[in-house]
Amino acid sequence: MNSPEMTTHFFIKSFVGLYLRDLRVLTRELGPFVMRVGMQPLLFLFVFTYVLPHMSGGANPMAAAGGANFGAILLPGLMAVGIMFTGIAAVALPLSTEFGITREIDDRVMCPIPLWAVALEKVCFSAMQSILAALLVIPMAFYVPASPVRADLHNWPFLVIVLILSSLLAGSMGLAIGSFVPPKQIGLVFSIVLVPITFLGCVYYPWSGLDKIAAMKYGVLINPIVYMSEGLRAAVTPGVPHMPWWAVLLALTVFTAALGRLGLRGFLRRVLS
Amino acid sequence: MDVRTSPPLLGDACSWTFAGDPLIVQIEALTKVFESKLRVVAVDGIDLELKQGEIFGLLGPNGAGKTTTISICTTRTLPTAGTVRINGIDVVKDPAHARRQIGVVPQFNTLDRSLTVYENLYFHCLYFGFSPLQARARSLELLKQFLLTERKKVYPNQLSGGLAQRVQIARAIAHRPAVLFLDEPSAGLDPQSRMAMWSAVQELRREGITVLLTTHYMEEADQLSDRVAIIDYGRVLALGSPEKLKTTFGAQTILDLKLKSLEGLEAVAAQLKQRDDVSSAEVTADGLRVIGATSDGLLPELVQVTAGHGLRDLSIAEPSLETVFIRLTGRDLRE
Repeated sequence: MNSPEMTTHFFIKSFVGLYLRDLRVLTRELGPFVMRVGMQPLLFLFVFTYVLPHMSGGANPMAAAGGANFGAILLPGLMAVGIMFTGIAAVALPLSTEFGITREIDDRVMCPIPLWAVALEKVCFSAMQSILAALLVIPMAFYVPASPVRADLHNWPFLVIVLILSSLLAGSMGLAIGSFVPPKQIGLVFSIVLVPITFLGCVYYPWSGLDKIAAMKYGVLINPIVYMSEGLRAAVTPGVPHMPWWAVLLALTVFTAALGRLGLRGFLRRVLS
Repeated sequence: MDVRTSPPLLGDACSWTFAGDPLIVQIEALTKVFESKLRVVAVDGIDLELKQGEIFGLLGPNGAGKTTTISICTTRTLPTAGTVRINGIDVVKDPAHARRQIGVVPQFNTLDRSLTVYENLYFHCLYFGFSPLQARARSLELLKQFLLTERKKVYPNQLSGGLAQRVQIARAIAHRPAVLFLDEPSAGLDPQSRMAMWSAVQELRREGITVLLTTHYMEEADQLSDRVAIIDYGRVLALGSPEKLKTTFGAQTILDLKLKSLEGLEAVAAQLKQRDDVSSAEVTADGLRVIGATSDGLLPELVQVTAGHGLRDLSIAEPSLETVFIRLTGRDLRE
């Protein structure tokens, strides 16, 4: 019963059990989930790519600044934001309650698998939600803007890799935030972490556009969303200038590994005394 | 696959006693020191062994080290020194395997709030490697056994403390663990729920599940446990069956007699003190208090010698673990 194969088999069953539990909870809250991941990109696209271009033919300076191409710039950026928001909402928020007063995490921590696997399941499950959130933006970008934005899906293997890496990165960041930030302050995370990394994350502008602001151009390189946006830009709107693919993959891998390690350390610290 | 582990997984040979009684829990020289601003020695060299099928009570005041001991046994806390083996499996070296042998009912309600009562049991079974069919069958069986069938679709937040406790016990034994840890099982329960919990635990004995429970209620330890360890300041002060503890540590029966007339009672008291089974006899404001090893034999004698004084009332306080505890530590259990 304790041979290595049996052990692995048992661990996988247990891991799948945890995944099915999360899936059950998610399917029960499908409506709120879709609204949570869909609201922001929908309104963003609506205001910036539909409302503004319709405002008296370029008289509005914002519409002029955005230009007709703005939708193409926004699509990958909004996908990146969707991935990041979902990662935080799907891991950090539930973890902080479960670590908090209810200590609900105990049941899952008592699963007969190593603790790192419990944390990994959280990250993997959030990654699935992140990918859904990102894919949801593609049809929106086609239907909402005044001039439809078509995602170029020719390089789909690259898209798949970037989506998976970005989603794991977001989940790892959620794990780190959920384990290190006290439950009372978790709400603050959105305003003091998510908002800045989104606005400074090359979401609404391509990285190459920062050429004239050198300090910012190099400063934002510590921001993981930059690589998500640029990677997705390379994958779905290759016409817009973007970072080279190898730089994106390298940075996404390094950030995922670093945040994953940090998150796991925090998780273990919270569940093991 | 049947995950029942009886007969238990063979660990090393020392997990079996000479009598052939398998040792389910072996705690050796267990120590836990919390190093923070204040250095706290929560567990200070505890040695304990639990045999299969026994209900073992860890009795001590709050802060005695009971919960820390359970946390280490259930892989939630790492010991500073010493070892714990569950069914021969070292909980520090192989926590994932050890957890298969363990069921836990923690002090607080840790039911999954996002799942119904039925789903709490069902998914717990899946975590422990049951197939969906087996998990469903086991969950339904447990709902029936714990009289929860009507509440299968209810969420944990809608349950009373007693019911939530019942679901927690059902969940803890769902994967048929070798040992069940109950941490302060009656904390926060009303008397009725406490009685229900006690009978649930006694039911487990019939199923052959080994139980380690912590409590600071001496009645609970006395009623439920086959053996009790009294602990304080992280050390085991005494260990044995409740009866053995009571006789070894000189807990005694107290007989209080209320009498109409106190005249000539001094002589009666002096006469009683001569008996071997009486350690003290004194006149009180409204009668006589006699302290003896047991009330057997003494009771008819007392009734006889006080016949002329008009016996109005007689109360007998049997020896209790609380008196043992006070003798051992010099302080009250609830202090």
